[in-house]
Amino acid sequence: MRAQENSRPMIDRAKMVRALHEFLPVTAVLFEAEDLRPYECDGLSAYRHIPWLVVLPETVQQIQQIMRLCHRYEIPVVARGAGTGLSGGALPLENGVLLSLAKFNQILDIDPRNRIARVQPGVRNLAISEAAAEHGLYYAPDPSSQIACSIGGNVAENAGGVHCLKYGLTVHNVLGVKAFTMNGDLIELGGATFDSPGYDLLALMTGSEGMLAVIVEVTVKLLPIPERAQILLAAFDNVERAGAAVAAIIADGIIPAGLEMMDNPAIRAAEDFVHAGYPVDAAAMLLCELDGTNEEVSEQVMQVRRLLQQCGASEVRTAQDEAERARMWAGRKAAFPAVGRISPDYYCMDGTIPRKQLAHVLSRIGEMSKEYDLPVANVFHAGDGNLHPLILYDANRPGELERTEEFGGKILELCVAVGGTITGEHGVGVEKINQMCVQFPSAELQQFHAVKAAFDPLGLLNPGKAVPTLSRCAEFGAMHVHGGKLPHPELDRF
Amino acid sequence: MNNNSDISAQLAERVREAHTKGTALNIHGGGSKDFYGRQTDGEPLDVSAHRGIVSYEPTELVVTARAGTPLNDIEAALSERGQMIPFGAPRFVNCTLGGAVASGLSGPGRPYYGALRDFVLGVKIINGKGEILNFGGQVMKNVAGYDVSRTMVGALGTLGVLVEISIKVLPQPVSKLTVQKSLATDVALDAMNRWSGRPLPITAACYDGNNMYLRLCGSNAAVDSARKKLGGELVETPDEFWQKLRDHRHGFFSGERPLWRLSVPPATPQISLPGKWYYDWGGAQRWLRSDAPTEKVQAAAGAVGGYAECFRHGDRAAEVFHPLPAPLMKLHRNLKQAFDPRGILNPGRLYKDF
Ligand SMILES: Cc1cc2nc3c(=O)[nH]c(=O)nc-3n(C[C@H](O)[C@H](O)[C@H](O)COP(=O)(O)OP(=O)(O)OC[C@H]3O[C@@H](n4cnc5c(N)ncnc54)[C@H](O)[C@@H]3O)c2cc1C
Repeated sequence: MRAQENSRPMIDRAKMVRALHEFLPVTAVLFEAEDLRPYECDGLSAYRHIPWLVVLPETVQQIQQIMRLCHRYEIPVVARGAGTGLSGGALPLENGVLLSLAKFNQILDIDPRNRIARVQPGVRNLAISEAAAEHGLYYAPDPSSQIACSIGGNVAENAGGVHCLKYGLTVHNVLGVKAFTMNGDLIELGGATFDSPGYDLLALMTGSEGMLAVIVEVTVKLLPIPERAQILLAAFDNVERAGAAVAAIIADGIIPAGLEMMDNPAIRAAEDFVHAGYPVDAAAMLLCELDGTNEEVSEQVMQVRRLLQQCGASEVRTAQDEAERARMWAGRKAAFPAVGRISPDYYCMDGTIPRKQLAHVLSRIGEMSKEYDLPVANVFHAGDGNLHPLILYDANRPGELERTEEFGGKILELCVAVGGTITGEHGVGVEKINQMCVQFPSAELQQFHAVKAAFDPLGLLNPGKAVPTLSRCAEFGAMHVHGGKLPHPELDRF
Repeated sequence: MNNNSDISAQLAERVREAHTKGTALNIHGGGSKDFYGRQTDGEPLDVSAHRGIVSYEPTELVVTARAGTPLNDIEAALSERGQMIPFGAPRFVNCTLGGAVASGLSGPGRPYYGALRDFVLGVKIINGKGEILNFGGQVMKNVAGYDVSRTMVGALGTLGVLVEISIKVLPQPVSKLTVQKSLATDVALDAMNRWSGRPLPITAACYDGNNMYLRLCGSNAAVDSARKKLGGELVETPDEFWQKLRDHRHGFFSGERPLWRLSVPPATPQISLPGKWYYDWGGAQRWLRSDAPTEKVQAAAGAVGGYAECFRHGDRAAEVFHPLPAPLMKLHRNLKQAFDPRGILNPGRLYKDF
């Protein structure tokens, strides 16, 4: 496979624009510098490239024609939903077409009897729940970016949210997708049924970061809106106790709808921003939401309150009404932008760890924060072990971004070392591609490349993302020697 | 457990050898699903001696076990700590964890708790080249690399020999009960789907041709109040009832007539095909005992946006799974090639072609 992300297009740009105009309206093809600039990055703005071309198709057939054309001239294609991704997955290529799915924003069908919705890929996550509400149904995964991010991007990243401890990730809530492989073949995976024949390609597509096929339709599962949801807020004087409380709740047989933790810097930033009434002196804070039938929630609120107190919470509060509940969540959901207000830039990490390692990992992050002289605020999907350390830095200070990236890389390596993973929900993209070499040996990486080639033999879809080449790992490994042992020893060094 | 042992190195060696020689292997766990999928020949590769729970931490909600571990052993260990595998894969007799994952079947709780594939967190496999590979892990959220773990589910061993599997587990409910109601088929299908769309603690719904059964699980108060809303009569031995459905021990499942599994949108009205029906998954999984020809059953399922497979009996040398459209078939072949380039792992078990 060639390194498609660097190769020169086989057709010149003006010719390509003409070829596209044969089936696309003039306004659907962007090539002027000022039109291309808005697409130069996704939510990870530290990485930017001006795309070769941007296309904005409006029909499924146009997407197919674009794919066929790009396939014929071996032009790389990068799909883009809402561009809120945090790992550079939708970072364009200077030699590639950026395929925006923004115009595919229609909810095609809501079927309350079968409890499913069929939607176009550009539909915003929250729009599905809004449309299903009249039937007493909703779409469960709720990333904090849900007012903006697209369902296609959610499937491509296997997005999670604050309620995925109980209701699962995107992969648990999507029943089917229609997609084009790079050669323009339409594939239908799953549908309105709970399973489908053959390999579970739907699972393989979910979280594949736009590397296997371009999603043009999604069928999602809808759930009945719980009768009642109640949130508890607990403050702790130290992080260990908060971590122990998380384990205690789960050990007691309760799966909360959401179980989130924030450390002191994150609490302060969020409180300053949305005035959620957070305890600004606490070392850590837990938000625990319980949902279900009225009776069940009443029972569990008492049980969880007792557990939190037993675990040494300095304060336990329950939201008195829906407005207070919304406020308590607003602080958490706005945690990233809140941190964005107190620092010129921040870098969001996304490792997952076994819950029991929480205290250890947080104290190591604290130590490293001093070593690198960069403050960190921690937001944590505590229930499922997904950690979001936010490293605060200033890109205008020379060398600070590089130091931040190195620090971030170290955090991810720590996650792997304690039995976790480098990414829980944001994806590898371009950002964590080096850490993939830490998490996976060569044989696994080669297996990933073989999977990719099964879908896209020419390597044209989103090349250079998600799975590193072995030579890249060798280069990275040369800089990161662990305990005197080189990773990937079978490779030549240069 | 004293018969625990790790024979992964020997298994990998066998696969490497077979890869070199191009010998087809027939992967074997407890043999509980020998009837399932297509008939294959090939040298037996017995995984059942590779057994034992490798780690289990109740507060992490994860258990990791070797593929040859009997599912019963795992469930017993979980039960001691008040936990369970909610997907309730059918065990028939002597089912191993590896066999359950390879066949990908889920029990009556599937629509409400999720499918077996939803609970798989990580796998260790041997690919067709004899390489031992690890994917996923023991944490709840993990999007590093493609989701190879879930791709193994239901692949019937054609992509790799499952060696070790990590699955998510859940606490057992504090309280549960089952109600039954005598209803006509259309009314039962309608009722199951109406109730499933309401915020009630329903965790299983089936209809046996005479009675609809709804299982409720949750806190005492939740189960009590839902029971009042649903009405109906209490089933006296509900656990036994659902276990028998899970393992196909109800009378409906005995006999030699072909048993079809239809996967359809749950609210689909009755499908007109000759034979006897049993509705599980709130109507989404329909069992049919019928001598109707394959094309007819599959066309009827296809017409309502569903699929049909010949689950048990019938001609096991013919195709038994729903046919795939050409572009999908091509992807399947490519993927098989990517994991098992010489086509030695259970060739033909899923589809004749690979
Ligand atoms: C403030 C903030 C909060 C966030 N909170 C969360 C959170 O709680 N949980 C979480 O999981 N994520 C979160 N994210 C990350 C991001 O919102 C998700 O990854 C989201 O799923 C991306 O969707 P998108 O439409 O913006 O995709 P994009 O950023 O446009 O693309 C993401 C990837 O998907 C691919 N892609 C997009 N559309 C398609 C398609 N139709 N077919 C094939 N590939 C496609 C792209 O090529 C790219 O690789 C957050 C981001 C921000 C900025």
